[in-house]
Amino acid sequence: MKKISGAQILLEILQEQGVEVIFGYPGGAVINLYDHLPEYSCRHILVRHEQAAVHAADGYARATGKVGVALVTSGPGATNTVTGLATACMDSIPMVVFTGQVPTPLIGNDAFQEADIVGITRPCTKHNFLVKRVEDLERIVNEAFHIAGSGRPGPVLVDLPKDVIAGMSVKKDAVKPLLKGYNPNYTGHAGQIQRAMKMLFKARRPLFYVGGGAVLADAATELTALACRLNIPVTTTLMGLGAFPEDDYLSLGMLGMHGTYRANMAVTKSDVLLAFGARFDDRVTGRIDKFAADAKIVHVDIDPTSISKNVDVDIPIVGDLLDVLKKMLEVVKDSNEEAERCAAGHDEWLKQIAHWRDLHKLSYEQNDIIKPQFVVEKISELAKGYNPIISTEVGQNQMWAAQFFTFTKPRSWLTSGGLGTMGYGLPAAMGAQVAFPERLVIDIAGDGSIQMNSQELATVVQYNLPVKVVILNNGYLGMVRQWQELFFDKHYSSTQMSHAPDFVKLAEAYGALGLRAEKPEEVEPTLIQAFSHPGPVVVDVVVASEENVYPMVPAGEAISNMLLV
Amino acid sequence: MKHIINVLVENEFGVLSRIASLFSGRGFNIESLTVAETDDSTISSMTIVTQGADHIIEQITKQLNKLINVIKVVELTESEQMARELVLLKFAVNSGAKRLELLRLVEVYQGRVLELGPRSLIIEMTGERAKVEAALEVLGPFGIKEMSRTGMVALARDSCK
Repeated sequence: MKKISGAQILLEILQEQGVEVIFGYPGGAVINLYDHLPEYSCRHILVRHEQAAVHAADGYARATGKVGVALVTSGPGATNTVTGLATACMDSIPMVVFTGQVPTPLIGNDAFQEADIVGITRPCTKHNFLVKRVEDLERIVNEAFHIAGSGRPGPVLVDLPKDVIAGMSVKKDAVKPLLKGYNPNYTGHAGQIQRAMKMLFKARRPLFYVGGGAVLADAATELTALACRLNIPVTTTLMGLGAFPEDDYLSLGMLGMHGTYRANMAVTKSDVLLAFGARFDDRVTGRIDKFAADAKIVHVDIDPTSISKNVDVDIPIVGDLLDVLKKMLEVVKDSNEEAERCAAGHDEWLKQIAHWRDLHKLSYEQNDIIKPQFVVEKISELAKGYNPIISTEVGQNQMWAAQFFTFTKPRSWLTSGGLGTMGYGLPAAMGAQVAFPERLVIDIAGDGSIQMNSQELATVVQYNLPVKVVILNNGYLGMVRQWQELFFDKHYSSTQMSHAPDFVKLAEAYGALGLRAEKPEEVEPTLIQAFSHPGPVVVDVVVASEENVYPMVPAGEAISNMLLV
Repeated sequence: MKHIINVLVENEFGVLSRIASLFSGRGFNIESLTVAETDDSTISSMTIVTQGADHIIEQITKQLNKLINVIKVVELTESEQMARELVLLKFAVNSGAKRLELLRLVEVYQGRVLELGPRSLIIEMTGERAKVEAALEVLGPFGIKEMSRTGMVALARDSCK
């Protein structure tokens, strides 16, 4: 059999794995790979910073459900991926990141552009590999894709020494992964599912608490079917937005620190709480002993470590959410009478929830200064017909986007939930736009966050990715300022962004369209202009500078204890 | 309560570091950790002694199981295992009454003299934790010059499997 180089072997495997696009940045250690790249069908997007390559692969993965791929060089190229890997690891996003490495004989010598990236990224990857011999390359790369995409997904890093990718070997066909210690359980325990359903049928105040796992498992349809069949209200986490249509009367919106009043009250008063692919994060639970304190809890998750980590669970079910939900729907089918009775038995509970809804709606007062919530509502309204994908940065912009955009579809919401990475939104939007050139992809940004990766405007212009960046420009690091206002006597230490670029000119300098809205009546026409423009656009919206995100649960308080104004 | 966790792992570089960083990153406590190859050279066996409430121990075993290189995790309390530790002790004692007294006590604890020099001796002792601790307490006053302990190695008793 003919020997080919490690670089060619790698690129052939990527082709076999169905990789359509690599987000990357070349350098000395990966130059051999780049030399062969044009011979393969896989598209390469040249980013302007390695962090953005990883966020773009992440955005691509969230929007498509496929494994995202990034490729960078050794040393600084590799260390620049760390934030992107940690972001993906916290949110369970499937991804394989290839890093160059100095030749194996030089490893450990403090060689030029050497970094122990496998050591550095061990805690922020699902797994990582250093390929020491070209003969191991094929097996390891196949294992990397298998690990990234199966079980609870996550990022995997593969470190490629230069002599390994330059070395010659024979490519075998479809080398199966050989992983003695890795065998995720997909099948939910039938007995546990029966018990859970029995408990659910009897519940007077049941509630579904749905996390990002429902999106990752592509289980939104089944979830919606179960909730609607049994007439059970649904609240989603930040990561779960889109798993249940928010225009349905059973939707309570998001729960947690900036959740809706009705969602947080419903959790507090529920008697049976079904957690689907959610991990009882501190931003969701607030004070843990007051979280769903009166409820029996059923927790469905593919990752056993998530179960009983933060709260005691009455019925744990380890398995793939799609499998478990299908089985739950079967139970419903087999116990039609009970299901009927269950569906008809929640009138009082739903009436109570409607009362909470009317008591404190998400609200703001639009006067002569543009309110950021108004902008998000307008985006939601105007983007409706375009099958939009929304990405966000982190902070107030993210929370307003989560609260005021009406999410109806899974995989149309890209946000750094667990790690809270500022600078995530633009590169993630870029990745999603590569996957879906025809869809409207909008990054809802803040004036602080956008400056963390604004260099990617060059990338979106180069590849004509028509991403729309809407900056809610309040001249502050708004979320920190809000905390300072509420809990630190308005001591605005280092949160005023007293010098920012002119974002319209910045867009123009990169060759994108720059637009600005300064008055409420300008918002709609400006957004319409942006959305109908065929190329990338930056919209600088000058919003009220000291607007706060409400409701807000102060850190460490029970989630029923909300600041409402 | 003390727990002993036996972990079978793939014998690859970096595995020890993955386990150690799991414990440090999640704030779990390691009292001792021993590791060596098994009869199958592709697999290593680790014995980790740790402490914590039941839900912590449950998290530890789940998190260990989640590591890709971990093949099997067996967690048992001390009484459910046969656990032994080996300790080497160096004493600076000249010939004389003190040395005779020391040698007599070493015999009581079924220790072995590995090296006997004019000014020092090295002894070896194995046993379950309580015995090793007791011996150290009794022998301590003789002036331990250096000490090297293996930490626990353990196997589950068959009756507990």
